[in-house]
Order: sequence, then structure tokens, then C-alpha cells
Amino acid sequence: MSNQGGVQYSKIAEIKGPLVIVDGVDNAAFDELVEIETTEGERRLGKVLEVGNGKAVVQVFEGTTGLSVSGTNAKFVGKVMEMPVSEQVLGRVFDGLGRAKDGLPEPVADSFLDINGAPMNPEQREYPKDFIQTGVSVIDGMLTLVRGQKLPIFSGSGMSHNILAAQIARQAAIIGTDDSFAVVFAAIGVQYSEAEYFKRSLEESGALKRSVLFLNLADDPAIERIITPRVALTVAEYLAYDLGMHVLVILTDMTNYAEALREISAAREEVPGRKGYPGYLYTDLSTIYERAGRLKGKKGSVTQVPILTMPSDDITHPIPDLTGYITEGQLVLGRDLFRQGVYPPINILMSLSRIMKDGIGEGSTRADHQEISNQNYDAYSRAQEVRALAGIVGKAGLTPVDLNYMNFGDEFEKKFLTQAIDENRTIEETLGLQWNCVSNLPKNELTKVKDKYVDQYYKE
Amino acid sequence: MEKDGQTSTLMMWHKWPVRQPRPYLKRYDPTVPLLTGQRVIDTFFPLAKGGTGSIPGAFGTGKTVTLHQIAKWADSQVVVYIGCGERGNEMTEVLVEFPELKDPRTGKPLMDRTVLVANTSNMPVAAREASIYTGVTIAEYYRDMGYDVVLVADSTSRWAEALREMSGRLEEMPAEEGYPSYLASRLAEFYERAGRVQAKGSPERDGSVSLVGAVSPSGGDFTEPVTTHTMRFIKTFWALDASLAYSRHYPSINWMNSYSGYLADIAKWWSENISKDWLDIRSQTYGILQREDTLKEIVKLLGPEALPDEEKLILEVARMIKIGILQQNSFDDVDTYCSPEKQFKLMKLQVDFYNKGQQALKDGASLADIRSMNVISLLLKARMDVKDDEMPKLDKIETDMIEQFNSVTGVKVEN
Repeated sequence: MSNQGGVQYSKIAEIKGPLVIVDGVDNAAFDELVEIETTEGERRLGKVLEVGNGKAVVQVFEGTTGLSVSGTNAKFVGKVMEMPVSEQVLGRVFDGLGRAKDGLPEPVADSFLDINGAPMNPEQREYPKDFIQTGVSVIDGMLTLVRGQKLPIFSGSGMSHNILAAQIARQAAIIGTDDSFAVVFAAIGVQYSEAEYFKRSLEESGALKRSVLFLNLADDPAIERIITPRVALTVAEYLAYDLGMHVLVILTDMTNYAEALREISAAREEVPGRKGYPGYLYTDLSTIYERAGRLKGKKGSVTQVPILTMPSDDITHPIPDLTGYITEGQLVLGRDLFRQGVYPPINILMSLSRIMKDGIGEGSTRADHQEISNQNYDAYSRAQEVRALAGIVGKAGLTPVDLNYMNFGDEFEKKFLTQAIDENRTIEETLGLQWNCVSNLPKNELTKVKDKYVDQYYKE
Repeated sequence: MEKDGQTSTLMMWHKWPVRQPRPYLKRYDPTVPLLTGQRVIDTFFPLAKGGTGSIPGAFGTGKTVTLHQIAKWADSQVVVYIGCGERGNEMTEVLVEFPELKDPRTGKPLMDRTVLVANTSNMPVAAREASIYTGVTIAEYYRDMGYDVVLVADSTSRWAEALREMSGRLEEMPAEEGYPSYLASRLAEFYERAGRVQAKGSPERDGSVSLVGAVSPSGGDFTEPVTTHTMRFIKTFWALDASLAYSRHYPSINWMNSYSGYLADIAKWWSENISKDWLDIRSQTYGILQREDTLKEIVKLLGPEALPDEEKLILEVARMIKIGILQQNSFDDVDTYCSPEKQFKLMKLQVDFYNKGQQALKDGASLADIRSMNVISLLLKARMDVKDDEMPKLDKIETDMIEQFNSVTGVKVEN
């Protein structure tokens, strides 16, 4: 970092999209924070993207509208962007850059933290294994969320992802502990009504006082979106590792984040990767998602539920694709189920929780959990095949076993998957419903479950 | 040390430039299988010691679980695991789990034979480019000590992306999808460092480096540059299939798209060590799967009732092979590792079942009778119920099967 922090330059060579190119700069540092002062005295924030040949490329978070080449001053602050943190951030609302937005004064800071965090050494990580009960059957039973996991929701425009995320935030609990719990919510370019729904939902359940909200709404500057998830995660890490809280971070909508990144990449004239997104989109996303986890010797944890809307419901689009390669599973919402009015419309066959196996079983949920869940996956996949077949040959052409699978599929969707927005099911209820579903099948079809569990739980 | 009047200092360590392959005396043909205890790999698409394999798949298809399984159970003395641009928790999982697991051959913790090279996705990109070379150099070092080494790289796509990112920063002219034009030659150089060799030095010793690279094609599209170039330089290809993974068929290795170039080379090992019928039984099993694949098209159009009974039996047995052999539960204590003897026996039982079933149909038995035999459920669960040291249990299933076929065709058992 430059040791001459606070140097001011007034020679602006060029303004290009969200970028300002400052001339005659020496000793600026990569990622350094820059304060831009307009001719009218307005102050904006930016950061250094590139230095060299006496020039510095500065990305301005609030956008460059109204800036002019002459009369604009750029002050190189001499440090990277930092977020002031303390226990007082709980219950507060901030804007996308981490400045107070609720009309109250800025919270008194205990310390200032680099918003980029630092990569966790895998050796220092604690492997996630504590079951989080969300009260949503399909998640607890088949796509279990674990403390320290990053489990995104892949949704499409107009689907019920926000309702689901809000339900998870309200109901998530660890059985048998009274550790303190916090929610960090980062709205990245979402509509006012969506952010407001979330805030109200936390308020009604009394959870707002242990929540921190960061709001970059759809009409806020797009470039600010690069910063929003990072300030949110910095606060989450502080709450988790310094104050020992278990933090659930909800980031919505990561698609808007990736689009802001593409905008900057295009302005910098970089060689594009797929669909115009920069080649480093994977690395960049990982610096956000990998900030979930637990650390050895620390009490708290950071659990992430990022939400993204897949452009035209396409799961192979670069944003969901690269996200899926980084996160520990995904909850995919299905348009078909959504149209049928099923809530939550999770398509279990495309969804996955990678570290579920470590959070369930004897001692945390129940010994038969993994096996009964596997049996339900297997049966639902068979049910889908039978439904397709019935579309060709009609119900009359199906064997009796095929019909059993049809009944299974119907009961699975109506009784197990479907639940009310405020319905909080215990894990025992969830497992019981799973056994009810497979009890539609003859006993010898249950190849994934040990006989002793069949004897114990199968309902004749 | 003094030699020829010159004094030189010998260290207990030495340095080696990672981008330069270590020398050896001569190279052998890969004729010994690398046993991993995974049925779909060992039996259907085997890898040889000193061979190269690639495992491409979209996210969620089980690349990492399969690679972990290879790292755990491969019959090599040393495993080098490169976490190249992947999840931090996966590295932690290895660090937590491997010290607990016992190497079935030595009885020592698996961690004792494992080297981890960690560069998770949020760590620096330049180090990611180097991590692959660091790993393969460590592997060659152990090879030169006379060990069989397996190197697992998860994932080579992230390495290629690191190349792309640096190439972009250097403002080089991009080739396909922004990757540099030297991507193919870099991949070729890397995979060519595999091999079973006679190492330099005395006493005379042989060692091998087997390379297994994961590929993470964007959008699961196997026509993207990293996958297509990798396919040119490897001999075993395990194609992961998202639709199999969606139906929870794990490992989701697609048996129609995968291949192994080592099959003919290592068949000799199986026939000498396990059974001389191995190749024949394997071909019969694979044949049933191939027939099923063609029949599936007809079923899609006309429904299964349009088929005659002997073809319906093919569908039935193919389903049994999929559940009883191809699927393997890596989280089940018994099923996670399957000895070569058990692999062969399970396969032979399925083929016997098929042949006896066809014969029974000719002798007038009905398909419904065959379907209701309770030996089917035993066959399907044998992979989990029968431990490696309980092979007589499989013989018992065989006698049960013969009895049940006799009863459906009405033949009395002679005592």
C-alpha cells in the first residue's frame, strides 16, 4: 500500500463507463480506495483496478454520471475499503456500500475490517457437521442444510425464492442449543418490494433486532453491487468469529452481481469468456461463496444461502453453472411445480446438498435418515419415468408396481413437498412423512433401506 | 562425499524444477490394473498403473466423491491429491477423514500415504497454475523411490482457467473460448508425465505415476475446449452423466459414453489372478447393457408391453445390473470398497441369472414367475450385505438361484 496515503490528483485522462482513468499517478496500490470529488463538491467512492505507466484505472461505485474530465479531484486514501464493525450493527439497515440508511447515526466502530476478507486455510477449517432444522420438510429431509455450508437457491424470474429464503431465515434453528443466532441480508439490485417483504418478515417474527440488512435496490448504482456482498460478509465474519454467533447470510440476487461484474469487464475491454462474462467470473464468485464456513477454535459459523435467478430458467447459463461448481449443492426451483401451485417448488432430482451426509444420522437426526431419503429420491425418479410412460401408453398399460409409483409421486408432492409458508415441521414429522410416501410401494421395492428400518417404520 | 578427487556435499533433500519431468531409465507398457474397489471403474472402464484417466462432469454429478474414492482405495503406496481451484471444505474433509480411515493393505491411517496440494478457488490464480506441476513432481519423486503413485487433480479445468486468466492479462491472442492457443500442448505435457517406469539409481526399482484429472466443463458441455483436448491425451474416459446423478445413480458414470483403452492390456491380469472367464463374463454383462440401450428407444415409443418376454428379461436384468453392480454407495461401510473377487462373482451371478432366465422362458416359465423370485432382491442387496471376506454367502445365493429357477420351470431337485 502506498505510504503516501491521502495524495490528491486532479488530472483525469478519461472517463469511460464506470471507470475513471487518472493520469500522472505514482505509488497507487491495487484495490486502494479512492475518493472522487466532483466540481459541485459531491463525494463518491471508488477503488483502483489497474496501475501502471503513470495511470490508474479507478472504478467508481456510484457511477460516473455528471463527472467531468476537468475539475474532478481523485484522492488516493492509502488503504483498501474497510467496513466499520461492532455489536451495534445488529438491527441496523445499511446501503450497498455499508453506510447507515435508516436515518440513525453510523454505529460506533470497534474495528475496521478489510471487506475482501482473507482466504481460509483448509487446514484451519472446521468441517461442517451440525444439522440446521429449517422446518421445511424437503430441505430437512432430503437436502439438509448444515452450519457453515453454502447452499444457493437457483430460481427463475417470478418464482417463490424470496418467500422460501425468508421462511428459512425465520425458522432455522439448531436443536438442543441456545447459541446466539444472527441473519445478515444483502439485497443486490432487487426491487424495493422484495427487500421490504424480507424486512417485514423478519420484523414480524421478532428477528429484526438480531439482523443486519444491506440494501442495494434496483435503482441504486449497479457498480455498488460489487461491494454489497463483500461488506455483508465482512459483518457476518465479524459476528461469527469475533462475537461467536451463528450467522445465516442471504444474498439476493447474485445474477445482478455477475451482471455488474460484466459491465466493468466490458468497460475495461477485457477478453470475454462465455456470454460476455469475464474469464475470472469463477474465481471472483468463489471469493464470495468460499467465505462461508467454520474455523477451528472459533465458536461461530457463517452459513450462506445465495439466491440467483437463472436467465430463462437455464441451469447451464454461466452464472448458475459456475455457482454450482463452487457451492456445496443447490436448491433448484422447478417451473412445473411452481405452476401447479406447489410451495416450496423444489425440484429434488436436480437439487443436492453435498454435506448432508455429515450432518444427519444417529446422534443428530435419526439413523434411517440417509437411507429413507435415498429411497425417496429413487422412487420419485421412478415415478417421473412412469408418468412419462403413462403419457404414451395410458394408465391402462402400466403394471401394478408402476401404479404404486404413480401414487407415491402424487403423495410425495401433495403431502411431503407441499407445506404452508408458516408451517414449521420437526425432523420427526418430516421423516414420518417420508415413510408414509414410500409405504405406497410394496416392501420388496425398498432396495435402499435396511430391512430393520423397514420392519420398524414401514406402514402396512 | 568424495569421488574422483572431488568433494561434493550431499543433502537429505534436493530441489527439482516443477515444470521439467524427472528422468527415468525406461518405460513399460501399462499391463497391471490400478484397482480402486469401484466396480464400474475396475470391471468396466479400468485404469492401468502408469495410465491416464479423465473424469468430466457437470456440477453435482459426483466428480469429487469419485476422486475421493480413488484416493482412498486405489492399490498404490502413495496418493497425491491436488485440490486445484475447488472448495475449501473438500480439502478439510480429506484432512478430517483420511487420518481416521485405515489403508486396507497396510492397516495404517490413509493420511500416512497421502500428500495434499491445496489451492482452493479463492486462493491466488498464479499459484493454481503451478499447483498441477508441483503435484506431479512430488508424484515423480515417489515414483523414483520405487512406489506406485496415483495423482488426482481436481480440477484441471480450474488450472486451464488460470492459464486463460494469465494469458488474458498478458494480452495474448486467444484461441477457443478465450483459452490460449497452447492449452492443448500444456495438457499433453502434463498427461505425458504418467507412466510405469524403471527408475534411475540403484538398486534397480520400478515405480509408476497414474494420472487422474477431473474436468469441469461449463454447462456440462463435453464439446468445450478443455474436455475435447483432454480426451486426445488420455486413455480412460469416465463420462459423468447429469441425468444419472439426478436419479441418484452413483457413481453416475455413463456406461455407454465411457471407455477404457487399457481393457485388452489388463485382461491378462484378471484371467491370471481372478478367473480366466473374466473377459467373457464382462463382455456378456456389457452386451446386456448395450441391448437395453437400444431397446429403451422402442420402449419410449411403444411402451414395454410391446416387447416379447425375452427382451423384457433383458430390461429386467439390465436394471438389476445397474442397481446391483454399477451403482455403488461410497457412504456405506461395506459397499464403499469391493474386492476384485467379489466384483467378478457379482457379475457372474447376474450373467448366470440372465442365461438361466432365458432358458427358463424357453422351457415355458412365465416372466411374472421370474420377476417374483426372491433371489432378485438378494442379488440387488448383495453388494451391501456381503462383506469381502464372506464370499460363501454369494455361493449360497447361487444355490438359491438354481433352486428357484428349477421350481419355476417345474424341475425337481435331485438329492
